[in-house]
Amino acid sequence: MNQSAQKRIFFIPAAAFLLLAVFLWRGLYLDPTELPSVLIDKPMPEFAMTTVENQPVGNADLPEQVFLLNVWGSYCLPCLVEHPTLMRLSEEGEFPVVGVNYKDRRQLALDWLERNGNPFAYSVLDEQGRFGIDLGVYGAPETFLVDGGGVIRYRHVGVLDESVWRDVFAPAIDELRAAGPRP
Amino acid sequence: MTLPRILLPPLLFLLVAPVGFAQVDAFAFDNDGQQQRFRRLSNEFRCPMCQNANLTGSTGGVAEDLRREIHRMILAGNTDTEIEQFMFERYGDFIFYRPRLRPDTVLLWFGPMLFLLLGAWAGWRILRRADNREKQPLAAELDAGEREKLRRLLDNE
Repeated sequence: MNQSAQKRIFFIPAAAFLLLAVFLWRGLYLDPTELPSVLIDKPMPEFAMTTVENQPVGNADLPEQVFLLNVWGSYCLPCLVEHPTLMRLSEEGEFPVVGVNYKDRRQLALDWLERNGNPFAYSVLDEQGRFGIDLGVYGAPETFLVDGGGVIRYRHVGVLDESVWRDVFAPAIDELRAAGPRP
Repeated sequence: MTLPRILLPPLLFLLVAPVGFAQVDAFAFDNDGQQQRFRRLSNEFRCPMCQNANLTGSTGGVAEDLRREIHRMILAGNTDTEIEQFMFERYGDFIFYRPRLRPDTVLLWFGPMLFLLLGAWAGWRILRRADNREKQPLAAELDAGEREKLRRLLDNE
């Protein structure tokens, strides 16, 4: 082995260290609590349940346009934080918001809607959290973006406030509209 | 006869302690085999909410629901593979403490072994070179002309 090759070998640990440093630096800014959903680009799971108002509800009742599926509960404080955004979306009417009342009590849910206002077209009552398991939910609030064909396109874990709407959901919806034949 | 007062708190604790530990065994099974499968599976799956706990060790709401689901599926006669598939379809690789072997998880599984082998190879190279340098006869570093010169010197020509 000649001299320059021998010198070059001493840079390998330095290069390896730099590479490791880049990965660790990136890791500092990742949120490990936000898990990727395996349901992306999969159809909504089959369900036949009731709403919190005790009406039967199933896949056939889902909106035939882009809509939001918001997992909420009366015990959930972050749900109150995102509530104004959901109210605005509901008032504007462009995207229906379907609720999933997750691991809650019917009466508590009804009281909560009465007290704070109801942004949901309807809320599926999931007292046992069984529908939540089918959706891969692990805690309220979570919000799914579902396209007109009933296919899940995006899942957001945590509060959906105006900045998340502007930075994440609005671009995702634009992309859906640009790409797919379905609106 | 009265107990020394200092013994009272630990004795009272012993009374309630088993209640806390019984949480996981609150499910009824038809036989011990089912119960062992339940324990094994609850230990294997990771709680999606509390990240660094398995389903057995987690008091999170979703962990409770998933334990109930495992119990239901075991009683319904589902195999372990079916239960694992059920979890995977809903929560993905995250649910497994031991992710499945797939093209995109190969590095995760064998990366450490790869680095170990690389290190061993580099170490072997360095040791061998040091070894060679000691053993190498000096003459090997001379070119043909120098060797001729040396031979002449040694032969006293």
